[in-house]
Amino acid sequence: MKLTLKIWRQKDASAKGQIVDYTLDGVEGDMSFLEMLDILNEELVSKGEEPVEFDHDCREGICGTCSLQINGEPHGPDRLITTCQLHMRKFNDGDTIVIEPFRAKAFPVIKDLIVDRSAFDRIQQAGGYISVNTSGNTVDANAIPIRKEDADKAMDAATCIGCGACVAACKNASAMLFTSAKVSQFALLPQGQVEAAERVENMVRQMDLEGFGNCTNTGACEVECPKGISLENIARMNREYLSATLKG
Amino acid sequence: MGILDSKIPSGPLADKWTKHKNEIDLVNPANKRNIDVIVVGTGLAGGAAAATLAELGYNVKTFCYQDSPRRAHSIAAQGGINAAKNYQGDGDSFYRLFYDTIKGGDYRSREANVYRLAEESANIIDQCVAQGVPFAREYGGLLDNRSFGGVLVSRTFYAKGQTGQQLLLGAYAAMNRQINRGKIKAYNRHEMMDLVLVDGKARGIIARDLVSGEIQRHSAHAVVLATGGYGNVFFLSTNAMGSNVMAAWRAHKKGAFFANPCYTQIHPTCIPVSGEHQSKLTLMSESLRNDGRIWVPKRKEDAIAIREGKLKPTQLAEEERDYYLERRYPAFGNLVPRDVASRAAKERCDAGFGVNKTGEAVYLDFAAAIDRYGREKAMTSGIKDPDNATILKLGEEIIEAKYGNLFQMYEKIVDENPYKTPMMIYPAVHYTMGGLWVDYNLQTTIPGCYCAGEANFSDHGANRLGASALMQGLADGYFVLPYTIGDFLADDIRTGAIATDSPEFEAAENEVRGRLEKLMSGTGIHSVDYYHKKLGKIMWNKCGMSRNAKELEEAIGEIAELRKDFWENVKIPGSADSKNQELEKAGRVADFLELGELFAKDALHRNESCGGHFREEYQTEEGEALRDDKNFKYVAAWEFKGEPKDAVLHKEDLVYENIELKTRSYK
Repeated sequence: MKLTLKIWRQKDASAKGQIVDYTLDGVEGDMSFLEMLDILNEELVSKGEEPVEFDHDCREGICGTCSLQINGEPHGPDRLITTCQLHMRKFNDGDTIVIEPFRAKAFPVIKDLIVDRSAFDRIQQAGGYISVNTSGNTVDANAIPIRKEDADKAMDAATCIGCGACVAACKNASAMLFTSAKVSQFALLPQGQVEAAERVENMVRQMDLEGFGNCTNTGACEVECPKGISLENIARMNREYLSATLKG
Repeated sequence: MGILDSKIPSGPLADKWTKHKNEIDLVNPANKRNIDVIVVGTGLAGGAAAATLAELGYNVKTFCYQDSPRRAHSIAAQGGINAAKNYQGDGDSFYRLFYDTIKGGDYRSREANVYRLAEESANIIDQCVAQGVPFAREYGGLLDNRSFGGVLVSRTFYAKGQTGQQLLLGAYAAMNRQINRGKIKAYNRHEMMDLVLVDGKARGIIARDLVSGEIQRHSAHAVVLATGGYGNVFFLSTNAMGSNVMAAWRAHKKGAFFANPCYTQIHPTCIPVSGEHQSKLTLMSESLRNDGRIWVPKRKEDAIAIREGKLKPTQLAEEERDYYLERRYPAFGNLVPRDVASRAAKERCDAGFGVNKTGEAVYLDFAAAIDRYGREKAMTSGIKDPDNATILKLGEEIIEAKYGNLFQMYEKIVDENPYKTPMMIYPAVHYTMGGLWVDYNLQTTIPGCYCAGEANFSDHGANRLGASALMQGLADGYFVLPYTIGDFLADDIRTGAIATDSPEFEAAENEVRGRLEKLMSGTGIHSVDYYHKKLGKIMWNKCGMSRNAKELEEAIGEIAELRKDFWENVKIPGSADSKNQELEKAGRVADFLELGELFAKDALHRNESCGGHFREEYQTEEGEALRDDKNFKYVAAWEFKGEPKDAVLHKEDLVYENIELKTRSYK
């Protein structure tokens, strides 16, 4: 198939960016979206032009490195997948595809389609852990039974890949779904109880400091999340936060 | 040729590690504050080591090329992590895990290292549960297990099909706690370009900030390399696009010996290659072999009809299918080790029984498991005489709960529903058992330069068993390296900070700058990927699942020629002093072009078949691997001497005091 690509090009963080048009022929349905971009880049390099830079690594939907706003949607039109798992069979010959970086004040553009998501790391550093040293003599793993239902829910929350699609999908650029996923994972497990109050307070404080917006319950984040992280987590975080602040 | 000292402690096998920990030097807590350690790579081994070293009090700097430590490729491990917990009461023990690993590795790994790994395996599970890793549980609230290839017990712990992700996020969380305390400084989007030696000791690195292009000097009292494997030398592999050998190879060129480079794991269950545009391959977890049965048609006509689209696999009756693993290996069946399963698939496809367009695929079929689970679920749900539709529905639900994310991944890539029609799979490069040679302390042949996880060669011999990579990465990172490194650092309590303005740092930085300039000066027309793909083809065709002397010799010549062409002609747009992904790739491919040649040289010298290394000249009449313990019961550690072809072989003889060497049989 033959495609028209409208791609955001931006030299570096301080440069002004713009949409540049490219046409690409010979695209096949069983190519992944990123393989389609590989072919475009191969053509650009052979012409001596700078290729389009984009973040990607595992190309199997788990590392969370790839991003891209494709025709206005984070990770493109398909559901429950990342951009690297999107295949060109979802598009038709003659289509025009607009490709932009994830847009949010807290995710500044580094170059072309690459954004800086280190704000996510700083939210995790503020409290996304259980304070246990590596001693080799913690209690036996089976000493504390955990209800399967709780363990499964904790696992569902823990599958967040930190890609930032929730932020890019949100009209407020809110990071509530991301932050609440980690808060929920630990809130659901007995190991997480001891530090639960400080954790939620510190993580929410950092989230606000980074310049993410507030949640207005539109639910776009849940729809676009490649891992299907549920809005329930935001409700749980709100509950945790409220109870933490009331305890004071 | 020299003899290598692996520094294995004396005494009975089961006491060695405890005895060693009691005898090595320690650094007192107050002095640890004055000691700096650099950790390159933040996957399971690097992330765990960095967090633990920082907890102990050392000042740690971490480096990773990804934008966050959480994205290291450990994250992609699916199926699980082994531990000798014996929670299932099926007779598991440290000894059994040790024995299975040595046997699985085809008697080419060190007894003492593997026993230590088995001992630490149980601690890993305790530690990870304490960190909040949500492992799968049974209804009673206790941890669940499943089986993996090459063993007869259930010792694999898992978190759906995302075990690596959950363990890595655990290590990342432990790192974050130390970053928050200021004990780790994380340099993300940074790549190690070279190792700096001062007075023969590893004292720092030259790094490149991948955003600004800035070349930086970083010093420390010791350097830990935990940078993963080199499977991307094949271009197509299940590794992440950025996975590379640069850090290990730079260390090799500075004096670290590279051990057993030819030991590569070709994983049997990956999604087959679909075309020339393919950029990477996707693994389907080995855990699927718990429930999936592998087959090809019995008759070649049927295979041809399937390839031409005239016949569907579901139309073939049970007796028209060849469940070749169950046929050849009745004791282990579909759960034979990876090398055995891969070769068996290749054998069937080479014989003309492959089932996709290219003839390079076999079926992995869940119909029997869906039926079995469906009936069982119907019975426990009190449904009497369930009809087929009910059985199918209930069975599919169970399969979805176990492997849902893998099935979804498959469907997105292949555009077929694996609940309804068997999956197609084919072997692909997945893991490298070879790596930097390390002694029992995980120290390379450069004092102060340590190596952990997949990047070292130590524990898996010539073939790694499933669910053992996560175990080794975390054992090295959490429980081994943080203690053994103290033995070296104990001499540095009065050294003070290492200066970065020394002639050694100056020279290393100049070397890095010169190399980047040279890369940027290519005048040809071809991109980095062009060379990488060419290298990959040579590697796959001549150094892949089966090898012979003639083709290995050809590969050595072809790679050297390709390398020359690359350095003269590779075309890299943009500049070196800004973000430049083509330049990043070029530096990595340049190293693969050297490693590939050493790989072939190593494969050529090893005149035997063992584990993942299969030499066509050395096989039994039944086509099984033929080992030569008399002549090759050693680790081949190569010393760099200017060009890969001039590398000098050093041997570490492998001593088996507790295990009797046998021909590996899974029949």
